[in-house]
Amino acid sequence: MKVLVTENLRIDLDRETWECRHCQAELVSARDNYKRGLLVYDRDPREIHKPLLDPAKYARTYSPDPQWCRILEYYCPKCGAMIETEYLPPGHPPVRDIEFDIDALKLQWQDREEVREVPVGEEPPRPRGHSHAGHRH
Amino acid sequence: MNDLNISADQQAMLDRFLTQNKLFFAPDPAIMENHRIEARSPLEEQLLSQSVDRHKINEVRGLVVAALDESNTMIEQMGAAPGAKWGDMTTAIFTASGDLSMIAPHGVGGFAAAVFYPIKFILKYWVDEPTVGVKEGDGFIHNDARYGGIHNTDQSMMMPVFWKGKIVCWLSATIHEGENGSCEPGGMPAAAESKFDEGLKMPPFRVVENFELKRDIVTFLQNSVRDPKLQLEDMKVRLHSVLRLRERVLKVLEEHGEEALISTLRLHIEDVVEEVHRRIRELPDGTTRTVSFADSTLRENALLKLNMAITVKGDRMTVDMRGSSPELLNRSINACQASFKTMLFTGFMQNIWPDLPFTMAVFTPFDFIFDEKSLINGSFDTPQAMSLIPLFKTMTIACIPMAKFNYMLPVRYTAMVAPQYDQPATLIYGGLTQHTEYVGNFCADINGMGQGGRSHRDGEHSVSPPFAAHCDLGEIELMEEDLPIVRLGAFTLAKDRVGFGKQRSGLGYEQIHTYRNSGLWGFMTGCSGSLFSSAQPLFGGYASPTYPLCKVKGTNVFEFLKEQPDGLPLDIVEIMNTQPIPGAQYSTHDMGMTFELAAPGELYMMCQGAGGGYGDVLQRDPDLVIEDIENDLISHATARDIYRIVFDSDTLVIDREGTERLRADERKARIARGKPYDAFVAEWQTEEPPAHLPFFGCWDDTSQVYGVMMGQRMKMDGDKLASMFMLNPKDVQIAALQAEVASLRAAAGG
Repeated sequence: MKVLVTENLRIDLDRETWECRHCQAELVSARDNYKRGLLVYDRDPREIHKPLLDPAKYARTYSPDPQWCRILEYYCPKCGAMIETEYLPPGHPPVRDIEFDIDALKLQWQDREEVREVPVGEEPPRPRGHSHAGHRH
Repeated sequence: MNDLNISADQQAMLDRFLTQNKLFFAPDPAIMENHRIEARSPLEEQLLSQSVDRHKINEVRGLVVAALDESNTMIEQMGAAPGAKWGDMTTAIFTASGDLSMIAPHGVGGFAAAVFYPIKFILKYWVDEPTVGVKEGDGFIHNDARYGGIHNTDQSMMMPVFWKGKIVCWLSATIHEGENGSCEPGGMPAAAESKFDEGLKMPPFRVVENFELKRDIVTFLQNSVRDPKLQLEDMKVRLHSVLRLRERVLKVLEEHGEEALISTLRLHIEDVVEEVHRRIRELPDGTTRTVSFADSTLRENALLKLNMAITVKGDRMTVDMRGSSPELLNRSINACQASFKTMLFTGFMQNIWPDLPFTMAVFTPFDFIFDEKSLINGSFDTPQAMSLIPLFKTMTIACIPMAKFNYMLPVRYTAMVAPQYDQPATLIYGGLTQHTEYVGNFCADINGMGQGGRSHRDGEHSVSPPFAAHCDLGEIELMEEDLPIVRLGAFTLAKDRVGFGKQRSGLGYEQIHTYRNSGLWGFMTGCSGSLFSSAQPLFGGYASPTYPLCKVKGTNVFEFLKEQPDGLPLDIVEIMNTQPIPGAQYSTHDMGMTFELAAPGELYMMCQGAGGGYGDVLQRDPDLVIEDIENDLISHATARDIYRIVFDSDTLVIDREGTERLRADERKARIARGKPYDAFVAEWQTEEPPAHLPFFGCWDDTSQVYGVMMGQRMKMDGDKLASMFMLNPKDVQIAALQAEVASLRAAAGG
């Protein structure tokens, strides 16, 4: 049973591992911080949000100030997919953004079918089956 | 003397004395810190413990919603405030206990989570107060967010509905009124250094008796603001929309009986609570976290952190905001916790559970944890007139941690969406109009903010502000008839100012303002996000860029246009880079600007922003990248450098193999330049914020919070925060200039 967690991450509940959805690589234990299974790069934000106003003329140019703001890019070590980005001040500790109770997750997914393709979500919610008299359809 | 044991009788006497001799009816923490619906009243319990006819409930709900829609439309048609013209308002109905049950279908959702606080205050303090009381035909006004509400520009009319001598429900009408007599025009003073600079601060009080406005009180209020006409007009509009709503509700009572109305209002919110418990139960147990930074106090640059951890356990959700910035005692950007919850609710309703009914009951299964005296749990004495700085970020902050809970679900209630642009990017104005009237308000044009990228498609351009999915835009031509403002450029989508990603964000549009035919006119702005990107990305996308305020001063554009009618490109980037008006001064600034007088024909230019991008840029469909070029949303350089597309510049034909190769090369380059996480953190992470950053909030430990007090960095225990006091920016500037003069003198003397 695999549980999709983000656009490029999933958890293999049987093996208890984080995996890259882009290349299927196993990253790190599902009980650990998934970021510990990734590569990180400290990006100058001006390389992405390029100055649109002439920096020779103006102090504010539509580019973030690299003294205030950096982009941490997280890559899959096997395929190079960008799994996460974080905008942080220089030196700020990366955020432990996902910390699931893996035992509770296993219990929760015991009765659920594996989701391989994410639902779009544009249709109103409709129950998948129903239950009565102690059993489900 | 230490023996303070008193008997039960003495305690009762003491309690009675304190109740009867209350010094000041300040905001009551028991009301203001309780976002949950009340327990059932005995009557509700009696009615709902019997079998309930759900068809009847649905019929009554339909009638009430139709009545709310009608009264809301009345405000939209008649309201005088710019906010009313574009839909920043709502009408609402509450249970007899003051819990909001329903709002108008097109109303601003935030008000659904704000007005119940003052009604509960009236019920608790004024009903039994002999000098006040609550009678049929009474109406109460309110604007101070410390007693409930989003911010003090919003004025509400609240009226009880009596039936057979008892209150069966409450009704309200709320409008973003704007002008309220604050120290800067327009009701949102960035310059307020104490709450006494904020203008009108109305706790709930009676302003209507026998269904009529009391003219003596109205006169007092008119006398307290810059725009007495506006104050009177909209008090009448709010009253009459509530009276129309009351007529409809009385009809429901006559036709269906009080039992049906009471049951409907109560069940509507109980059903919501049950459904939210079910939705939380579906989520994985655990914690997701995010941080968000505002980079301005509107007086100086400062990095103000919002620190959020959301924990799900069973069917309860806890929102932990500890570690956020401390409050600033002499800056206007603090918010009280009720306002924070209101705007967080708004974000949940716009981005996460938009299919639920708009009622604060959605948050009944939620617990909140704050540090005392934090920026978003500001104490009573802090100025809060520009609470929008943390509150706009609050509207979108939950998108990221909630997406990390929601992504796995077998059924989605809406698409995953990256945060929308989260700054109130419009000009606030004040001065003397061409009709010789003093006014102050905001341009009411914040309906142009880009949406974040979505799991299944790009974000929408200029879709709405982040707190109201379905508001309109005031007519520019009408505004120009009333005001000396002339809008030279509008609705241009700002090229390359995009949150890049697999699904890119929507773009925001530009505004180029000037004025004429007034001898006294000025502008202010109230945004952050000129140094640090505002709208954060989701799942590996990129954020919005930063946005400056651009000015062209020392010239009169109307004189220039007389000579050269085609000489001014109506595009901010082009104006600033080509500087077409000779002799003018061109400058860029932070988007937070206290009120300043302008000369006729000077240009003030700003841009509503893009949302955050969604997903890896290298996973974006190359055809969509080319489509963005064709639609003039991005440049060729962006397509090549960010999305790594190989294409012919003239024909825009994609070299698909070349693109695959370029993208594969970039993935390899990423692997080559990336460092393993632990090694990276060992190098990257510092023990405390860099010395050059005026940093407010926790760093590595949420229980230790940094601040800046009178120019000096402080580190505090999170549970013992001190209120920060900021230096006057002009004093800072004078000190810097004096130091420079001293150093130049020393050099000259040497």
